[in-house]
Amino acid sequence: MKRYSAFAIAKEALRQHVGWTRAWGNPEPKKRYDVIIIGAGGHGLATAYFLGKNFGITNVAVLEKGWLGGGNTGRNTTIIRSNYLQDPSAAIYEKSRSLYETMSQDLNYNVMFSPRGVLMLAQTQHEIRGYKRTAHANALQGVETRWIEPAEVKEICPIMNIDGPRYPVLGGLWQARGGTARHDAVAWGYARACSDMGMDIIQQCEVTGVTTSAGNVTGVNTTRGDIACDKLGMVVAGHASHVANMAGFQLPIESVALQALVSEPIKPCMDIVVMANTVHGYMSQSDKGEMVIGGGTDGYNNYTQRGSFHHIEETVRALVETFPMIARLKMLRQWGGIVDVTGDRSPILSKTPVEGVFVNCGWGTGGFKAIPGSGWAMAELMAKGHSPLTEEFDMNRFGRGKFIDESVAAGVAH
Amino acid sequence: MLTLYCPCCGEDVDETDLHAGGEAHLKRFGPGSSDEEFEGYLFMRENPKGVHFERWHHTYGCGKWFLAARCTQTLEVFGTYPAQTLEPPKDIRDKITKKRPGWTWGALS
Repeated sequence: MKRYSAFAIAKEALRQHVGWTRAWGNPEPKKRYDVIIIGAGGHGLATAYFLGKNFGITNVAVLEKGWLGGGNTGRNTTIIRSNYLQDPSAAIYEKSRSLYETMSQDLNYNVMFSPRGVLMLAQTQHEIRGYKRTAHANALQGVETRWIEPAEVKEICPIMNIDGPRYPVLGGLWQARGGTARHDAVAWGYARACSDMGMDIIQQCEVTGVTTSAGNVTGVNTTRGDIACDKLGMVVAGHASHVANMAGFQLPIESVALQALVSEPIKPCMDIVVMANTVHGYMSQSDKGEMVIGGGTDGYNNYTQRGSFHHIEETVRALVETFPMIARLKMLRQWGGIVDVTGDRSPILSKTPVEGVFVNCGWGTGGFKAIPGSGWAMAELMAKGHSPLTEEFDMNRFGRGKFIDESVAAGVAH
Repeated sequence: MLTLYCPCCGEDVDETDLHAGGEAHLKRFGPGSSDEEFEGYLFMRENPKGVHFERWHHTYGCGKWFLAARCTQTLEVFGTYPAQTLEPPKDIRDKITKKRPGWTWGALS
């Protein structure tokens, strides 16, 4: 792998940039791997990366039915935060946020992590109590967040109208170390690092079946032939139930469409991420100047990667009230992704009824922030059979009634 | 926009007048049931990429529940039917088989 640096750019500039190599390979699938990961999105690639980096397991294939990072990794609103309520969530999301801080250096790939601060608005009395409680919980968990009053909200984000008639801003939960990152770069950076370790990233290779023998996984059938493996990681977000079905088990998951949209680029006007959960909208400004907007999910099961227009309308209507200056912005693009929602709005990182099959799913509407932490924990789970970060996220927790209830932190917006 | 026929009012209804109620034909369990039965009833879902049977509430209309058969991959609606049924009626199942041969739903096909 050619290392990226200022020196490398200068050197290549002097010879018409002919020395750059492909960032990652495009190999034919081998007959057998130690580990197969289904899904070359952020979580799948991060899992492969940490299998190699932390555990020296590099005979790994990452299979992708579409193109690298073309699913939810390329469809989110790139928000990174860790202000969750429950201890197991705080542990994995904070691990993830801290890994984002050093990701560009670790991967030698600029993921443009921008810790600009994330503000969650309280617009009802209920939210005030909820976020104050979260701030206290975060203090005990060692996650730096704090409750701020409306005057400070206005100071941090001057374009906001805090005296809205329907839902005035009553304060907010402020996480100064939260922010955004370039989503594609996260997938590309991991892909490049995995490829460099000798792993095979195989795109346009859809898994059509999982083969087992005496309750143990033996491999997968794909559109590019059968591939054998000792361990199989399913990291396919919205298609988790679909793939689990191939291995013969069910998941407590429902797949729904979540939409986002971006405006035409405008001059810098907002240097933080704002989330307004009561009115269903969240917004930040990308480095290109576009306002990046996300809203609520559709209410019904859906695999179509597009959502209902009236949800866009609701989101934009809510944001216009909170940010009057965006009222005349034109929207450039809108898209949808399929998110895998669990009953308690927390993910599943778990062994499964099939020996050797591991599942990482259920991140629902907020998986992007968790990519490095999820990969770190999933790699440990797959390599050692257990991980302190994934213990509570077992898929059997629903039967035991041991929920990790994040409906306040994750029920609506991400 | 998704449009469903409400069998209670006999009208085509836009999704904005409806509220989705999740998977249909769940077997409900009560006191004395095992943890596994409760887990299955409360949390486990078919969540298929394809034929899906689901509950809908005509919130801004007659206020009654009805059931629908719909494809989650194409949003094609195969038909709607009254909520007072334990399994999808035969004519709807036949219609689905014509369009999606080999479909399954738990023990049904």
